[in-house]
Amino acid sequence: MSVAVVVFPGSNCEHDVVHAIRALGGEAELVWHRDTDLAGADAVVLPGGFAHGDALRTGAIARFSPVMASVQSMAESGRPVLGICNGFQILCEAGLLPGALIANRDLAFICRMIEVEVTDTATVLTAAARLGQRLMIPLNSYEGNWVDPAGEGRVVVRYVGDPNGSQDRAAAVANAAGNVAGVMPHPERATESMLGSVDGRILLEGFLASVRATSNV
Amino acid sequence: MNVTVTIRRRAVIADPHGATVARALADLGHSGVRSLRIDRTIHLEIDGEEPETVRQQVAAMCDQLLANPVLEDYEITVHA
Repeated sequence: MSVAVVVFPGSNCEHDVVHAIRALGGEAELVWHRDTDLAGADAVVLPGGFAHGDALRTGAIARFSPVMASVQSMAESGRPVLGICNGFQILCEAGLLPGALIANRDLAFICRMIEVEVTDTATVLTAAARLGQRLMIPLNSYEGNWVDPAGEGRVVVRYVGDPNGSQDRAAAVANAAGNVAGVMPHPERATESMLGSVDGRILLEGFLASVRATSNV
Repeated sequence: MNVTVTIRRRAVIADPHGATVARALADLGHSGVRSLRIDRTIHLEIDGEEPETVRQQVAAMCDQLLANPVLEDYEITVHA
């Protein structure tokens, strides 16, 4: 049961994600974006950062990294795929999640602990949460404003307030099957009490439980 | 050949940069600005003789990378 954490040029949360997964009893390994195989991993996380400097649009260039073909086949085979912050943006650009992320309303760069509410528990991100459960998780983004003109997106975690203009107050969305999810706040930064919240564990523990459930198949 | 591509976010989708600049203009006393949207322009210099072939090549670039089909439309001008 292991999770590949992809490193793009400009990723900057990969070590936090690996640390958090290991602290929760999971296995995690870094995988360079030019690698074409995910080294036998059962799941993948695209971490936060600024892949390729966000050139053109966030995630626009990262989606063509060699590793993305493996990410796509993992998604299609029903394995857990999670994008956090910039990883969420990459999954949208890749068409693995609906919609797109644009600059926050008022161009506000938001970097603070934020309250969110779980609205759908049948996904790899929210499997361990209760419906309606409120969590405190840090948000750290400038382009976290999710838009979904087709209105097909499945919002699985919502902001309790409206920090950035995101459609349906979406903080996290998933694909129809629930195995691909993107979350804008950082659950890996809320896993130890010294970080101010341990609520991120609920999301990552659900993800790891989903990894265990699918890796045994 | 020289080609200009204008990438335009669809009108139904918010443009936070445009809205912020519009507010700044209002703050500076420029009244009456009802709408302000910021497009992206990309200039390319491409090998090729046949304008239509070049146009199709650039359209393929737009579909694949330069524009996001969820948000944006594009307009290609091939300069003689």
